[in-house]
Amino acid sequence: MTEPVLADAIAVAYIAAAVLFILALKWLSAPATARRGVRAGEIGMVLAVVGALLRHEIVSYQWILVAFFLGSAVGIPMAVFMPMTAVPQRTALSHAFGALAAALVGTAEYYLRTPTLDAFTMSALDLEMLLGFLTFTGSLMAFGKLQELLPTRPITYRGQNVVNLALLGLAVAIAIYLVWDPGATSLFPVFAGLALVFGVLLIIPIGGADMPTVISLLNSYAGLSASAMGFVLDNKLLIIAGALDGASGFILSVIMCRAMNRSFTNVLFGAFGSVQAGAAAPAGERTVRSATPEEAASILAVATSVIIVPGYGMAVAQAQHKVRELYEALTKRGIEVRFAIHPVAGRMPGHMNVLLAEAEIPYDRLVEMEEINPEFPQTDVALVIGANDVTNPAARHDTSSPIYGMPILDVDRAKTVMVIKRSMSPGFAGVENELYYMDKTLMLFGDAKAVVGEMVKALSGAAHA
Amino acid sequence: MTPDLITDLYVFVLAGFVGFEVVKRVSPLLHTPLMSLTNAISAIAVVGSIAITGEQRSTLSTVLGTIAVTASVINVVGGFLITDRMLKMFKTRPPKAR
Repeated sequence: MTEPVLADAIAVAYIAAAVLFILALKWLSAPATARRGVRAGEIGMVLAVVGALLRHEIVSYQWILVAFFLGSAVGIPMAVFMPMTAVPQRTALSHAFGALAAALVGTAEYYLRTPTLDAFTMSALDLEMLLGFLTFTGSLMAFGKLQELLPTRPITYRGQNVVNLALLGLAVAIAIYLVWDPGATSLFPVFAGLALVFGVLLIIPIGGADMPTVISLLNSYAGLSASAMGFVLDNKLLIIAGALDGASGFILSVIMCRAMNRSFTNVLFGAFGSVQAGAAAPAGERTVRSATPEEAASILAVATSVIIVPGYGMAVAQAQHKVRELYEALTKRGIEVRFAIHPVAGRMPGHMNVLLAEAEIPYDRLVEMEEINPEFPQTDVALVIGANDVTNPAARHDTSSPIYGMPILDVDRAKTVMVIKRSMSPGFAGVENELYYMDKTLMLFGDAKAVVGEMVKALSGAAHA
Repeated sequence: MTPDLITDLYVFVLAGFVGFEVVKRVSPLLHTPLMSLTNAISAIAVVGSIAITGEQRSTLSTVLGTIAVTASVINVVGGFLITDRMLKMFKTRPPKAR
């Protein structure tokens, strides 16, 4: 092929890739077509990569092949063997890799073109590298917290927000100076260093409960950074793919913030969970009713409708497969069983659905908060497994509660409430849950897996008797 | 600003809107696969990384490019694989017929 023809062919391949990426997201809207979406995305990616490899500017394939091999050697095992509980960690890591790629390409471009960069390109480069570097270290921190290599509790100190804002301000000031004088190469490493440090400091004060929001926000940043790279390289496919990722991450962060009734600024600068610990109402005066798994099973056996409310505690206890057995035992008796999924159940958006799907619970049994809430008053038993703050009725009426205003699952409106819990310790928000002290609430203390297992045993035993 | 950059801005704004409209329709059921799929798609940064690596304009750019291609390929390969692995698990009926 002659050069202009080849260039045109590559341009067409890129357009086809862009269309396929949009179709991929469109098909992802429903489980029935979702896998077709993955195929579309894969074909788009192959087209784009082949197009990139055929460009006549490419003079050597040696290092590209080495990188392809290394990347596959790391990426494939990570995707194939990663347990589903660890998907949030993997996602955080992949945000880090994506952001690193954007930041490094930006760095290389800067040094190749430094004295002759026009103001617009330099601005795009600034944005690409600022977002790239801060998302890189920020995502690594998020990974550390999710993997529990780092403390999940927020780490705060006096004047933290001032320090962070000053750092960011300085980085932005240098970025602006570089637009004015792109030749100031001595300032560039300072800029990159500040962005890297800011990423660390930004995530340190954020606690485990806010991870779904943070991970979505980092997702958005990584996408925007790739999009900025598109501006630098004048590559529209990059702009489009980055914008899609950026929009997706943004929407998810808004949904997560709304689900916790908090604003972006509050998540990033509020250090949730550290200050409110003292706000817990004086306990001890109130009493709870506890029950054995066998007693609980006999109540479940005579119910006609049951809603199970799973929280991350269920996943920590690895109880999802026992929960599936319970679901099957109850369904076999003709009891209607559904699962109520709060948007922030799990460690990232939609995480709980994946965990339950892995346990082979049919997805049409998983119901979102808005749809399931009107159903609780007609429900015989609401069974809460490892969820806490998202079931606390105080969020509806107690204006002094730190979680006031947060949308919750109206578990307390069911006829009977059962809560499986290790102990009476409060959740992430450090708030006492008044649900536990209600007359219709039965507390089942113990490990979720063991308790659910005993309930299943009692149910099947009763069936044979 | 040059006409090229204006066009780029148009593309960005329009793609952002398309992204908004399309992603808004994704069921919350699939938000985790959504994030891993968009992550794989934005690993399209591999295109820019390939250019930097293959053009071999300086040692620094080749080294940085190679790391960038590696990082992007991890996301491309891993992202699509794990998304498909997750989606395979979403079933309407229990697999075992009773």
